[in-house]
Amino acid sequence: MTVAVEKTPARKLPRWLARHETLLAVILVIALLGLGAFNERFLTFDNLLNQGRLMTEIGLIALPMTFVIITGGIDLSVGAIVGLCAIMLGYSWKTFGFPLPLAIVFSLFVGGLAGFVNGLVITRVKVPPLIMTIATLALYRGLAEGVSQAHSVRGYPEWFYFLGQGSLYRVPTQLLVLVVLVVVAGVALDRTTFGRTLYAIGSNETAARFSALNVDRAKLIVYTLSGLASALAAFVLVSRVTTTRMDMGMGYELDVIAAVVLGGTSIFGGSGTIWGTAIGLAMIQLLKNGLALTGVKGDATIVVIGAALILSVLVASSLQRRRD
Amino acid sequence: MSATAVAGAARARARGLRRFASQEALLAVAVIGLAVVVGFINPRFLAYRNVADILLGNAYIAIAAIGMSMVIISGNIDISVGALIGVLATLSGSIAVAGAPTIVSWAVPVVLGVLVMAAQGAVVAYLRIPAIVVTLGMMSILKGGLISVTGGKWITDLPQGFHLADLNVLGVPMPVVIMIVATALAALWMRYSPSGRAIYATGGDAEAARLCGVNPQRTVVMVFALHGLFAGIATLVYATQLRVIQSTTPSGLELTIITAAVVGGVSILGGVGTVVGATLAAILIAEITSALVFINISPYWTDALRGGLILATVIADIVRRQRRAARGWKK
Repeated sequence: MTVAVEKTPARKLPRWLARHETLLAVILVIALLGLGAFNERFLTFDNLLNQGRLMTEIGLIALPMTFVIITGGIDLSVGAIVGLCAIMLGYSWKTFGFPLPLAIVFSLFVGGLAGFVNGLVITRVKVPPLIMTIATLALYRGLAEGVSQAHSVRGYPEWFYFLGQGSLYRVPTQLLVLVVLVVVAGVALDRTTFGRTLYAIGSNETAARFSALNVDRAKLIVYTLSGLASALAAFVLVSRVTTTRMDMGMGYELDVIAAVVLGGTSIFGGSGTIWGTAIGLAMIQLLKNGLALTGVKGDATIVVIGAALILSVLVASSLQRRRD
Repeated sequence: MSATAVAGAARARARGLRRFASQEALLAVAVIGLAVVVGFINPRFLAYRNVADILLGNAYIAIAAIGMSMVIISGNIDISVGALIGVLATLSGSIAVAGAPTIVSWAVPVVLGVLVMAAQGAVVAYLRIPAIVVTLGMMSILKGGLISVTGGKWITDLPQGFHLADLNVLGVPMPVVIMIVATALAALWMRYSPSGRAIYATGGDAEAARLCGVNPQRTVVMVFALHGLFAGIATLVYATQLRVIQSTTPSGLELTIITAAVVGGVSILGGVGTVVGATLAAILIAEITSALVFINISPYWTDALRGGLILATVIADIVRRQRRAARGWKK
């Protein structure tokens, strides 16, 4: 036994080093240094903090999306919920005359409700999550279009911009919020019964049911959180860009799912971590910023993100097959 | 035991057939009923011009929905088709403007459509990557690639011969002819040919299909290749109708196509459905969109209505299945 333990490190990598997250982190550091050497504007403190500001909206949604994908589900409606909540925030304030703090709360409520409806139909009617959230992707975006009639809302008071544009000790406000939520979500997934339930559901839902785990309640919570996080992202986004438009959040599902899957969460459910998602998120943002600095336009970066999504799933599944 | 099971299966199939006949009948009634009601409110809705606009302008959606139905029946999904149609239309127009023979500008989108979709099907079938991941990635590659290559430029001065959609067959416009012929051929093929039945078998239960001698992987590649064929034909109808081709992807097109397929009676759990329903549903959706304008409802509500329609159909389908399953249990 002890002999074996002494022998293996020489031939095999230590376990913590072979983990997906560690490998990703190493790649991330190499990419950071590489881009830094390539372009002196990249590796500055201000640029990195600014990138943190830009990635917060995707990051907020990526946390519950990690939960959703770990249970073996998916949520394609997140971008549409961002659009709906942005419109609800602007319209309840400007058109319905709510005080702005109440409008923010109302918008968060609408986001949570949108996610709750997804979860309710998925658990009660047993509609597959993919189809349910494709349908609500059309429905929620359509509601945003119908309510707003393509008008935008602007002219928010100064204090409203603190979350999206302000800083505390030079760190962007929303990045602090994201960091706190990453830690909360990470601990919840790793150390609580709720978190472990999600893994059990994703590995084998029937077994989880027979183990007396409340599968439906866990799923309902996860999809509601997804809607709530999308609403929070809408708040941050409106506060950052100062206007409300009906097409906000369009295509977010791609970035969010790419970040989660790149971070090592299995698209088939049952495995994944928040720490991986955080690194995956940083890599997506790095990719965008690095490409932008080398003069590639925004449309070409989605090509790279799409390719990264397919490749990371391909690599993960071929590694999985080799391990089996 | 097994005799009861076989009898039960036969009964279920008879019920299933009746149900889908009724799904299509329901759609046909809805198409005609809506025309009558809206025509009563605003007679201009039934003017030849408007009816032709609805049919001609949306034939390509019905054609693309045929392939989408096959993909969904086989238990998969494709959300890259809208972006693919945008890319193929741009390519086809560019080739025509560059002075190549018309037949080349017509053939290229069809051949490329088959190749791109077959490649995606192969990744789904043989590398076991979920179709949603492959097609989501492909959608962004096509969409981003198109805009960054063309810069969203407009393609104008298309040669006269390019406009296939302007032709007539015995007075019936070409897009409608293609839509009807494609739907009829696909419906017959799926109903009566062994490879058509293999799609249903694969979607119903891939493992059972394998034990019955169907190769599920090859079936999935075939389904995606056919889906690419119909997407290519849809592109042809779409692009040759336009006087100016905008080199961007039509936004939300994949959702319209998926909606037509699902509302047409294709069960999203895979294994059942027909393409005739999908074509009727595509017409119904186009009719609803047009009707909104005639009864003075803002067209910005179209997407919400479409989302509500797909949601209602899906929930009704699943509830019906559960009821039937519950009846089965009692016996």
